Amino acid sequence: MPLPTWSLPTLLRTRFRRSLLAITLSSAVAGTMASGTAMAQERELLNSSYDIARELFAAINPEFQAWWQEEHGEEISISQSHGGSSAQARAILQGLRADVVTFNQVTDVQVLADAGLVNEDWQEALENNASPYYSTTAFLVRKDNPKGIESWDDLVKEDVSIVFPNPKTSGNARYTYLAAWGFAEDEFDGDDEQVQDFMRTFLRNVAVFDTGGRGATTSFIERGIGDVLISFESEVNNIRSEYGSDDYEVIVPPMSVLAEFPVAVVAQNAERNGNIDLAQSYLEYLYSEEAQRLLASFNYRVHNETVVEEFADQFPETELFKVEDVFGSWEEAMETHFEGGALLDQLQRR
Amino acid sequence: MRRIGDAPHVRRLLISAALLLSALFLLLPLIAIFAQAFSQGVAVFWSNVSNHFTLHAIGLTLMIALLTIPVCLVFGVALAWLVTRFSFPGRRVLQTLIDIPFAVSPVVAGLIYLLLYGRNGWIGSWLDTHDIQLMFAWPGILMVTIFVTCPFVARELIPLMQAQGSREEEAAVTLGASGWTTFWRVTLPNIRWALLYGIILTNARAVGEFGAVSVVSGAIRGQTNTLPLHLEQLYQDYNAVGAFASAALLALIALLSLAAKAGLEWRASRREAF
Amino acid sequence: MRQLAIWRPGSTRVLPGFGLSMGISVLFISLVLLLPITGLFGQLAGLSLAQYWAIISEGRVVASYMVTIGAAAVAAVVNAVFGLLMAWVLVRYEFPGKRLLDALMDLPFALPTAVAGITLATLYAGSGWMGGLLEPLGFQVAYTWVGIALAMAFTSIPFVVRTVQPVLEDLPAEVDEAAMSLGATDGVAFRRVIMPHLWPALVTGTGLAFVRSLGEFGAIIFIAGNMPYETEITALMIFVKLQEYDYAGASAVASVVLFVSLTLLLLINIWQGRFVRRLHGGKG
Repeated sequence: MPLPTWSLPTLLRTRFRRSLLAITLSSAVAGTMASGTAMAQERELLNSSYDIARELFAAINPEFQAWWQEEHGEEISISQSHGGSSAQARAILQGLRADVVTFNQVTDVQVLADAGLVNEDWQEALENNASPYYSTTAFLVRKDNPKGIESWDDLVKEDVSIVFPNPKTSGNARYTYLAAWGFAEDEFDGDDEQVQDFMRTFLRNVAVFDTGGRGATTSFIERGIGDVLISFESEVNNIRSEYGSDDYEVIVPPMSVLAEFPVAVVAQNAERNGNIDLAQSYLEYLYSEEAQRLLASFNYRVHNETVVEEFADQFPETELFKVEDVFGSWEEAMETHFEGGALLDQLQRR
Repeated sequence: MRRIGDAPHVRRLLISAALLLSALFLLLPLIAIFAQAFSQGVAVFWSNVSNHFTLHAIGLTLMIALLTIPVCLVFGVALAWLVTRFSFPGRRVLQTLIDIPFAVSPVVAGLIYLLLYGRNGWIGSWLDTHDIQLMFAWPGILMVTIFVTCPFVARELIPLMQAQGSREEEAAVTLGASGWTTFWRVTLPNIRWALLYGIILTNARAVGEFGAVSVVSGAIRGQTNTLPLHLEQLYQDYNAVGAFASAALLALIALLSLAAKAGLEWRASRREAF
Repeated sequence: MRQLAIWRPGSTRVLPGFGLSMGISVLFISLVLLLPITGLFGQLAGLSLAQYWAIISEGRVVASYMVTIGAAAVAAVVNAVFGLLMAWVLVRYEFPGKRLLDALMDLPFALPTAVAGITLATLYAGSGWMGGLLEPLGFQVAYTWVGIALAMAFTSIPFVVRTVQPVLEDLPAEVDEAAMSLGATDGVAFRRVIMPHLWPALVTGTGLAFVRSLGEFGAIIFIAGNMPYETEITALMIFVKLQEYDYAGASAVASVVLFVSLTLLLLINIWQGRFVRRLHGGKG
């Protein structure tokens, strides 16, 4: 007895079978293609960097490529991976094969050094603590600065609402927190209770804690939240030029934190990729006059004296303190302030 | 004959409520995506889409989806066959186990793969010494995508195959058909709409997965950046139009999936009517 | 009636493929699902019970449970009402655009969550189309828990609609005819006659929507505001711990979510099984 389903047109059935086959086949082809592209012929350098440096390295990389071509007659390609500085370090720990790191926080490089991926003496390997450029924390306020914000103590006024990312997830925000703390420490002569009161009010005035710097910018600019956005000086200047210099003003407070941007060769990976020379040159290139000029045009403060003079009026004088000077060391700062249950958590408790 | 809710005013009220809420809840976001994507004109949209990195992200995303589907298909059919055609101890446990990906937050899904296959994981460290890299390369993306999408085909098939029962197959086998013949000629025609529906769901999810992929991808532009990750990066780069251009592409894939599904249902309902 | 080939040691099964399908399924489940999960428990094994408890009962984490559960509950209830209305309208009425509306219901599953996230955040922020209308009325959605609930509700819309719809379709016309002929009003008849048939499906759908909302991350993160103790969801806490290289902590919080979700799913599965059996018993 024929079964009812057997009477279905054979055509339909075979077509269906064929389409299944087609899916499987095309997948196999796609797979082979992908593994094919993974085998690039020219040497390739992978730079793992922080979130907001995408445009910066998009500008620097072609310059370096051209320079390397001229010097060594070799064509190379450079790939970029961007993310939160700590997340990037974690990815490298777990096997992301970056040749160099260009981070915005010393601890994130130190983690790699502790794991043996970066040489222990990385901070001595290059000038200025291996930090080719630096910045500080500054404010972006709305047109004509209606709340009259000039320094950190203006931020704890009752009617001021602040936007900066979550210090738990953003290196940028940790600088903001540490800058505010450093200011308060100076202001109250290290009186712990007053400092903590100041910080508590400061944190309470925050309107929204985005997970990253760019999210905070979107909240401030596109969503119109808050009176002041706190970020790196470079970033607030970039935002201002991006969104119209007429609508926003940049305020650099008279006292703030020195934000170093450490770079290092991830020796273990670079060796494996056969890129040690390339990686080392790439980082050294960041100290060259051309690169420093490019960095300054992205509103980062640099060390090269010619460039510093050229851009003198772009960077107001301000007193910058080092994290190490106020908090002992980065490790101590992380431990006492940012770890689970540490001061940041306590200050935010309601 | 009059049925509940047939009174004209009730009818009108409910239909307009349904239409209004759906428009507000579902249609408006959809329109917003395209409005944002085209807010600076078609030319800007096009230059964003035809950008090298966007094209690469599209290619990678489609490749991952294409590789995911056959794996989920084989697994889904095998599991559905197993739990609906045989009774054995542990059947219910197997059925609940495939729900794990639904219960695991995507970020955690990425994390557990990283912990196992990353450089510090016990499999990963072995792979590392043999210079095999799975995480932060496309195989890692594929692995977590398979993890999050594997329940869909099975979940579509199990209720259907349970409801249909195994009498037809048993008859075929009794009449002397081989196992494969029975499967291809009897089972497959019966389940093919559900199967296709499962594939559509799998594809939609594979294309759109963000949380799990973001943990294992490394987000290297032009290498391991999928379309959803690319979208997020553009959004972070103040390129809202570019982000929404990618969003519009993803929404387009979503709409095509919905259309394909609606088409299937329509065919299925027409077949039923005959 | 369903017929299952009963597995008895020694007896021959009618249908072939037991070994093959068992092999594929077990291999796949072990390799793809279970093996990675062991990594999670491997992390947990490094914690003492006291440490584990300290992590999962920390104030900020507990606050995130409250936010997540509260918003997910609101989203589930909203979806129950919305889903019931949609299922009813789609099954019982004919109107222009019905097929389109039906297709639209699946949009949240087909749309990547990151897309949903940035779109909802753009729409409901003070400068967006919806936010611009609502905020002058003193009703803020973005960056409050309402926004979280909204994002959760959006991503789980199809669950209720798609579980209630088939049940409603299978309901024979005689059921409401009988009620109407007895002179009951629409409201009473719906409550007394229709609801008893629907509510198992309704509970299942709502439950699934709730579970889904507990784990959602991508769609919520953009609209949540992420204020400590106020609008931080549990998935964010896991993410935060990951950023701090605190794998054990992340695994601990993740295990809580995993346990709650799996328990709920198991309950739903058991509940569904019982309901199906009862339905079958009644029919057969």
